[in-house]
Amino acid sequence: MFDWLFAAPAERRLLPGGRFRGPTPFVIAIMTFAMMTVAAAGLALSNAAGLVAQGIENRYAVQIPAGTNILPRALAAARSSPGVVKAEPVPEAEMRRTLESWLGPAGVDDQLPVPALITLDIADNANLAAIARRVEAAAPGARFIAHREVLEPLLRAIWVLKWLALSLVALMAAATSAAVVLAARGALDTNRSTIEVMHGIGATDIQVTNLFQRKIALDSLVGAMAGAVAAVLVLLLLAGGGTAFAGDLMGRSPLHGLDFVMLGLLPLALVVLATWVARTAVLSTLRQAT
Amino acid sequence: MRGHWQGSGRCARSPSRAGRDEALSAIVEFDSVGLRYGTGAEVLRDLDFRLGRGTFYFLTGPSGAGKTSLLKLLYLAQRPTRGRIRLFGEELSEAPRDVLPNFRRRIGVVFQDFRLIRHLSAFDNVALPLRIAGKSEVDVEGPVREMLAWVGLADRASARPATLSGGEQQRVAIARAVISQPEILVADEPTGNVDAEMAGRLMNLFSALNRLGTTVVVATHDIGLIASIPGAQMVRLENGSMVDPTGALRNPPPDRGQG
Repeated sequence: MFDWLFAAPAERRLLPGGRFRGPTPFVIAIMTFAMMTVAAAGLALSNAAGLVAQGIENRYAVQIPAGTNILPRALAAARSSPGVVKAEPVPEAEMRRTLESWLGPAGVDDQLPVPALITLDIADNANLAAIARRVEAAAPGARFIAHREVLEPLLRAIWVLKWLALSLVALMAAATSAAVVLAARGALDTNRSTIEVMHGIGATDIQVTNLFQRKIALDSLVGAMAGAVAAVLVLLLLAGGGTAFAGDLMGRSPLHGLDFVMLGLLPLALVVLATWVARTAVLSTLRQAT
Repeated sequence: MRGHWQGSGRCARSPSRAGRDEALSAIVEFDSVGLRYGTGAEVLRDLDFRLGRGTFYFLTGPSGAGKTSLLKLLYLAQRPTRGRIRLFGEELSEAPRDVLPNFRRRIGVVFQDFRLIRHLSAFDNVALPLRIAGKSEVDVEGPVREMLAWVGLADRASARPATLSGGEQQRVAIARAVISQPEILVADEPTGNVDAEMAGRLMNLFSALNRLGTTVVVATHDIGLIASIPGAQMVRLENGSMVDPTGALRNPPPDRGQG
C-alpha cells in the first residue's frame, strides 16, 4: 500500500534537484503553523464557552427592589425551596463598588438606593416557577434574572469565533490543496521531457505519478513537522502568558487531552491531504495530456 | 527496395492460406489510417500496410511528408484519428491508455533529438527501460555495462549527456532503445548528428539487431545509409500518403510477404 513511498536511489534520481526544494515544504510549514494555532484558539474558545455555559446554566440573580429590609425573608424563602442548591446575598458594598465603576463617586453615595440581590444556584430538575412563587410571596416584586440571558451575547460571540476558527482551518486546508495542485502541475511542467521519455519507453501513469507523489509527500512531511514544531513553541509561549490567564479564568487548562491529540493529528492529516491531492492532480494531468 | 508495407486487405480479410501466413508474420498492420493534429489538415492519409517481423525498413520522403508522425503512430505516442492499427496482433487504435505501456516496452525508439534525460548519467539513461520494466538492480547492472561496451561507451557510463558529444549521445540513445531487446526498433533520423564513420557503425548495430530478429524501421534522407543495408525494404511518404504508383506496396506478390 505504501510501496510508492520507498524508492530505490535510481528511481529517486529521476526527478532532478535535491529534496525539500521548491515551495511545497514552506507552504505546508506555514499552513501547518497557522492551522494548529487557529485550531488551538478555536478549541480553547470552545472549551471556555462550554465551561462558562455549564457554570451559569442554573444560576440566577434574584433582584429585590424593596431593598435590604426584606432580604432575610427572601433569602430564607429561597433556601427553604426544594431544588435550591445555594442562595447567597450579594453584599451591598460589592454592589456599590460595581456602581462606582459606572457612576463614579455617586455610586457609593448612601442616598442612592440599591436593590438587594441574591445569587441562586438551583438543581437541574428544580421547578423554577415554584421557587419564584415562594420568593415572591416573601418579597413582593422580586425578579429572577437568568445569568445565561445576561451572558448570551458573549456566548454567542464565542460560538461564532469557534466556528470561524474551524472555518479558517478548513479554508487553509483548501488553500493548501490548491497550492499542492499548483506545485504538482509546476513539477510536471518542469519535468515534461523526462515524463515523455518515460512514457515513450513504457512507464505507466502510476509509475510516473509515484515519483511526484513521493516527492510531495516527503516535502509535505518535512514542512508539516517544521510548522508543527513552530506552532507548539508559540502555544507553549502563550501558555506562559495569556493562556495561563484564560486557564485561571476557567480554573484549568484551556485545552484538554483530546484537544492535544487533535492538534497533534492535524499536521499528519495535512500531509495525507497533500499527498492525496498531489496524486490526484498528477494522475489527472497525465491523463489529460495525452 | 520494394516495400513490405502491404495492403491490409490481404492480411486481414483474405481467407487464403497465403493471407493467413502473412497475417501471422505481420508485426504491424495499418488499415486506412489517417492522422490529423487538432483541427488541421490530415498529415497522414489512408495508410494501408503491413510490417513483417524481422525485416529492415527504411522510411524516406521529403521533410514534412509525415515520417515522424508515422513513427509516432508506430511507437504508440499518437493515436490515429481514423483507421485501425494492430501491433503484435492486438488492435490498439482505441485501446485503453493503461494497456499501452506494456506494448511500448516491446518497442525501442531512437528519437531524432535523442531525448536523453539530462540529469541522469549515461548508465542511468540506458538502464531506464529495464528499471521501468521492474528489473532489480542486480539484473540491470550487467546488461547495461554490456550494452555500453557494445556501443563503445564503457568508460563514459557515469557521464551526463551534456558532457557527451553528439555521436556519444546518439549511441546512448540507441543503447537505451535496444537494451530491453525490443521486437520493433524505430529510429527517426538516427544518423543525423554523426559523421559518416559513426553512421556506418550505427547501421551495423541496427543490422546486427535485425539479424537477431528485431524489426527495424529507420526514417532517413540518407541514400548512402539505405544502400548500406542490402535487402532492406524501402517506403516513401509524400504529403502524408505512401507513394505506390505500381500498387506493389498495397498488393505485393506473395513472396514479398516474408522479410
